[in-house]
Amino acid sequence: MPLDQSFEGRVYPPTQPYEVGREKIREFADAIGDDNPVYRDQAAAKALGYSDVIAPPTFPIVMSMRAAAQVIRDPEFGLDYSKVVHGEQRFSYTRPIQAGDLLQVTVRVESVRVAAGNDLITTRGDITTLDGELVVTAYSTLVARGTAAVGTEAAGAES
Amino acid sequence: MSLRFADVSVGAPLPTQTFPIERGTLIRYAGASGDFNPIHWNEQTAVAVGLPDVIAHGMLTMAMAVRVVTDWVGDPGAVLDYQVRFSRPVVVASDAPTPLQVSAVVRSMHEADHTAEIQLTASVLDQTVLAKARVRVRLAP
Repeated sequence: MPLDQSFEGRVYPPTQPYEVGREKIREFADAIGDDNPVYRDQAAAKALGYSDVIAPPTFPIVMSMRAAAQVIRDPEFGLDYSKVVHGEQRFSYTRPIQAGDLLQVTVRVESVRVAAGNDLITTRGDITTLDGELVVTAYSTLVARGTAAVGTEAAGAES
Repeated sequence: MSLRFADVSVGAPLPTQTFPIERGTLIRYAGASGDFNPIHWNEQTAVAVGLPDVIAHGMLTMAMAVRVVTDWVGDPGAVLDYQVRFSRPVVVASDAPTPLQVSAVVRSMHEADHTAEIQLTASVLDQTVLAKARVRVRLAP
C-alpha cells in the first residue's frame, strides 16, 4: 500500500510534557552499558557545570520515537510497521537533556518518499521546554522494506 | 573536564572500543527505550520479515558507538550534533555475543568555536554497520 504523500509537511501539536527523571536516565545508561558517572551522580554532573545529572546523547529517542508514533502508527498514513527498520538518525543539540527537565516534542513530517522499492519517511521532532527553549532536534528516517511496489526485492541494507 | 582544543589534531585516532551485544542486552534496551519491535527479540518475527535472525536496535548501536567520543572528550554534554545511517543490520544470535567494534578519527577542527568533527567507524566482524557516522563536539578552549 502506498504511503499517503499528503502527510508531508504536516505538523502535529506538542506532545504531553515528559518529565525527565534521574532513575530513568540511570536505567537508560545501564541499558546501553555506559557507566559514566555524569549520568548517575549529581556531584559528577556538578563538577562538569550541570545542575543535575545529564542524559546520554541518544536519550532523546525515548521522547521523539513516542511522538513520531502519532504519524507512524496512523492507519491512514499506510505504513506497514511490521516491515519498518531504522534508516537514519540525527540529533542536533542546544544542550544536553538533564534530570528535572519537563519537555514536549513537536513533530513535523519532513518527507515521504520511495527509494529502491522501499517506503521512506523522515520526521523531525523539536524537543523543547514548556517555555519553548529548544533543547534538541531529532531527525529520524524509517524504512518500510519492500513495501513500495509488489514483487520488489527488499533492499536489506538498513538496520 | 572536556579535552582541550590545543591537545587535539586533525587525523588523530580516538581509542578504539569493542562492545559485546547479547540477546539480553536487546531486551534490556527495549525496556529502557520503549522500542518493543519484535524484530529485536523474536527470531520468528525477524525471519518472517526477511532478516537472518534477531537484529539489534539501530539506536542501541548508535548509543554504543558514540561512547568512543564521549569517553574521549570527557563531558558527554559537549556533543553538539550526532548523525548516523544504519547501513547493515547488526545480527544478534541467541548463543553468542555480537562484538561491535568502534573506531574514530578527528576529521576537522574549527578554531572559531573550538569544535571538532569526528568520523566514527562501527563494524561487526569487519563489516561496517554504520555509514555517514559523524559527531561534532565542543572542546575546552
